[in-house]
Amino acid sequence: MSFPTQILPAHHRHCDDLFVAAEEAAGRGDWTAATSAFEHFQTQMKAHFAAEEDLLFPAFEAAAGSGSGPTRVMRLEHEQMRPLLAQLEAACAARDGEDYAGIAETLLILMQQHNMKEENILYPMCDQALGPEAERIAARMSALLEQRRA
Amino acid sequence: MQPTLSFEQAPPISVPYRFFLTAPLFGAVAGLVLAWFGPAALASRWSPGALAMTHLIVVDFMLQVMCGSLLQFVAVVAGANIWRPRLVAAVVHPLITAGAVFLATAFLLGQQVLFLLAALVFATALGLFLTVMAVALVRTPARSASIRVLRLAVFGLLLTVVLGVTLASTLGLHRSLQSIWSLPTLINVHVAWGLGGWALMLVIGVSFLVVPMFQLTPAYPLWLTRLVPAGLFLALCLWSLQLLPGTSAAQSWQSGVVLAGMLLAGLYAVATLWLQSSRRRRQADVTLVFWRGAMLALLALAVSWLLFLALPQLGGQARAPLWLGVLALPGVFLSVIQGMLYKIMPFLNWLHLQRQGGTVSTQPNMKQMIPERAMRGQMRLHFAALALLLAAVIWPALALPAGLAFSASCLWLEWNLVGAARLYVRFRNRIRAAAAAPLAPI
Repeated sequence: MSFPTQILPAHHRHCDDLFVAAEEAAGRGDWTAATSAFEHFQTQMKAHFAAEEDLLFPAFEAAAGSGSGPTRVMRLEHEQMRPLLAQLEAACAARDGEDYAGIAETLLILMQQHNMKEENILYPMCDQALGPEAERIAARMSALLEQRRA
Repeated sequence: MQPTLSFEQAPPISVPYRFFLTAPLFGAVAGLVLAWFGPAALASRWSPGALAMTHLIVVDFMLQVMCGSLLQFVAVVAGANIWRPRLVAAVVHPLITAGAVFLATAFLLGQQVLFLLAALVFATALGLFLTVMAVALVRTPARSASIRVLRLAVFGLLLTVVLGVTLASTLGLHRSLQSIWSLPTLINVHVAWGLGGWALMLVIGVSFLVVPMFQLTPAYPLWLTRLVPAGLFLALCLWSLQLLPGTSAAQSWQSGVVLAGMLLAGLYAVATLWLQSSRRRRQADVTLVFWRGAMLALLALAVSWLLFLALPQLGGQARAPLWLGVLALPGVFLSVIQGMLYKIMPFLNWLHLQRQGGTVSTQPNMKQMIPERAMRGQMRLHFAALALLLAAVIWPALALPAGLAFSASCLWLEWNLVGAARLYVRFRNRIRAAAAAPLAPI
């Protein structure tokens, strides 16, 4: 049995680990490792965005009867993260360690405060609002995240 | 009424920044008070200089930053709507500033009317702040260990303010309340709630979120997130029993309460240091080093206090409480506060520039907001000043250099924070100008 409150926080931690691996490699100046670790990180981040934007948020909005409010802010923060991911990719390509470190720091704090809001407030609201459907949505999200992980 | 949930109600940048930008200046004034009064200020905790310095630091530095951060933090962590944050900040910030100046001057000059004025101003400003915070924290739909601890902290601030206003009125009104409570008893309880029930509780509550968040450490163990705040709160309640008639300040069970409180504080410090040592993100930025310094100071504070209990000939000395005070104020709290400011201001700069319409290519990243070398240099000066202050407690002849060093570290902090705020204004103006004339080069 799984709920959004269980699988998504775990996936946040997974993305954190991938973030650290890429940041460490970039810090060492090992750009081959950094580029590959970053690609892995970016794929998982985008899979996470997709799981939320295509599955969880629409279901929550339908159940809670609103297209605005918390999910709109979460989508907006995803939109703030995408250009940072693109910039990290560019820093990898340019092998620019200083740029990478500064953008990584920015993305990390943005990501962490975003995760905190989701884990403390939004996911519990989703569990509650979705009721019996929560499990079905969670299963579909699990499948999507697994598929992108492969 | 259904509590409304909003993540967007994070207040305008001017709300937290006005608190952040004035706070270090009063730290600098506190250092100058020490330098001016010299060894006399370190004669005991009751010297006018020591009382003035203490209140400049705890109110105009610590409380200011804590109020400013909470207005921001609660909106984000709890998704809670703060009632008219701009208005609250506009009232609370100048009143707290004035109140602490009245109080410090009252201690230095012994002016009774200034005590009364301070009491009135604090009651008004903090009454408003506490009401707004309590409403937001009670109505939030968020659930986390942090929120529970923040509620305890706000309650701790309430008791601190009630006791502080009572004390200031007592001093202002010819000590007429002394027939009910002795002044030292009231002060003991006021200090315990202020430092333990408010400041430390707030640091604990915030740390449960930010320690794992900034350095990607493991989360605090669940048992610890329950035991430490609840145990600390219970110890403070027991400590307050000395206000009951018929009890005196020197009863043996009170040593037991202090022992329990210090063990909990020590446990929390060790747990934090241990979590930080097992962090997944290896780099040690200034925020991490400030936090580790603070936790070492907290551990030193707990150990010192236990030593003072065990060795009354040491603990009974007039300067022993000053040793604990230096460890607590510049050691624990100002270290945490400075470490947090160096993380919060660059992030708020970035976030608000985004809101102004900035893009990742037209605005600086977080590491470009305050130069790393300036932060590291200021941090070294802060810890050097802390060492000098501790040395000055033992050898009061060092009061002058200690006061000047502390003042200088506060001014350097101010310089760094003002630099960040100016950078924000410069880029905001650039973004606005670019929006007004889309074809002009940025």
